[in-house]
Amino acid sequence: MDRPFGLLAELTYACPLQCPYCSNPLDLSRYGDELTTAEWLRVLDQARELGVLQLHLSGGEPLQRRDLTEITRHASELGLYTNLITSALGLSSRRAEELRAAGLAHVQISIQADEAALSDRIAGTASFQRKLTAARMVKKLDWPLTLNVVLHRHNVDRIAGILALAEELGADRIELAHTQYYGWARRNRDALLPGRDQLDRAQTVVRAARERLQGRMEIIYVLPDYYSRYPKPCMGGWGRRQLTVVPNGDVLPCPTAHQVPLPRASVREHDLAWIWDQSPVFQAFRGTDWMPDPCRSCDRRELDFGGCRCQAFELTGDAARTDPVCQLSPDHQIVTAAVREANEPAPESDVVLIPRPHPHPRPQPRHPGR
Amino acid sequence: MTEPGSRPKLAPHVRLSFDQTRQRYVLLTPEAVTVLNDTGAAVVNLCDGQRTLAEIVAELEPRYNRVPGEEIERFLNQLAATGRLDLSRG
Repeated sequence: MDRPFGLLAELTYACPLQCPYCSNPLDLSRYGDELTTAEWLRVLDQARELGVLQLHLSGGEPLQRRDLTEITRHASELGLYTNLITSALGLSSRRAEELRAAGLAHVQISIQADEAALSDRIAGTASFQRKLTAARMVKKLDWPLTLNVVLHRHNVDRIAGILALAEELGADRIELAHTQYYGWARRNRDALLPGRDQLDRAQTVVRAARERLQGRMEIIYVLPDYYSRYPKPCMGGWGRRQLTVVPNGDVLPCPTAHQVPLPRASVREHDLAWIWDQSPVFQAFRGTDWMPDPCRSCDRRELDFGGCRCQAFELTGDAARTDPVCQLSPDHQIVTAAVREANEPAPESDVVLIPRPHPHPRPQPRHPGR
Repeated sequence: MTEPGSRPKLAPHVRLSFDQTRQRYVLLTPEAVTVLNDTGAAVVNLCDGQRTLAEIVAELEPRYNRVPGEEIERFLNQLAATGRLDLSRG
């Protein structure tokens, strides 16, 4: 069996931002019983043994965990490539220097737009200026910096400005990724899905910027799968290359698989190797045996693995169906209907974005300094 | 694109590491793990920003007599195109 390359550690769902495109689960309160420092360190040991090479520290906002430096140091000592995915709120210069010393390899900072008013409105809190300050500090510490921008109807027309800002900040990379419609983003989908004309304009800007910035800044542009003919090869295949550990210790093949009705697997009850190799949740959609038609007989089944199981579940109620994004899916009309609606002229006042709420106050880790 | 005087070195966000589990050298970036074969690992190991492309090729050709310089060049251009290698000119 393949061994996983990457572990996404969702350390906490606490977050100072309230982005309406958040893919965190809707029932955030279920995840308040967070793993302790000692439990995370044990998970990292088991992950390295299993073959994991990259650790993505995320959330929620991972800086809300007071033991982030300790977790990072342990991961570095194990030889993992450590990547912090952060809003940058809470990244003080002291904290940054601690993380640098702990061996943190890479920092990804989210921005919501290229100017304060829009960025803060999307984030639900005044944050833009603090993000810029943090991004400059990251570069000053000679860290590689990636800017993460989730794109949607309300900021996709700002791509040129966002790229100019990234250039000014000296970012090494920028990820411009269209919203994926899970969790809160699914709830807000109709207010977030961009129009085709917006995508065409964005594509032109990205193409020109790639040419202009070649060798200076890497631009990753992820198209919205609702506009694709074929689905994305989600996670490189279910239980094939990646795994996610969520704040309460549940282990999932991808960060949005909470919602798929499968038996839970927790690091509090089993070690990661057993979960990866044998747990029902990881076996459910591994390989191609589970596939229905048209996937089963499709030439692309080893390319996209039938697309995304979570999306299939969200849109059809059955996680074992072909991802409706695929033009060959018998459920494809669900996606075309949403796209059609997104391209109809709609009065701006119809658009209501529900902010992702703050979860209930979480207990502090039991041994903060450990 | 590489030139004989290019002095390639890994981009700041890229790490070369030996994976005990797979017994292979790997290139680590935030989004990807590239498992290298022995030749690939030997090439990347020489990309220290000091050696020129010509020197790398000269050093490897006797060791791997089936790896021509243009193949090394193609491999390095591929890494550069995906942002994993800096090709500063010497």
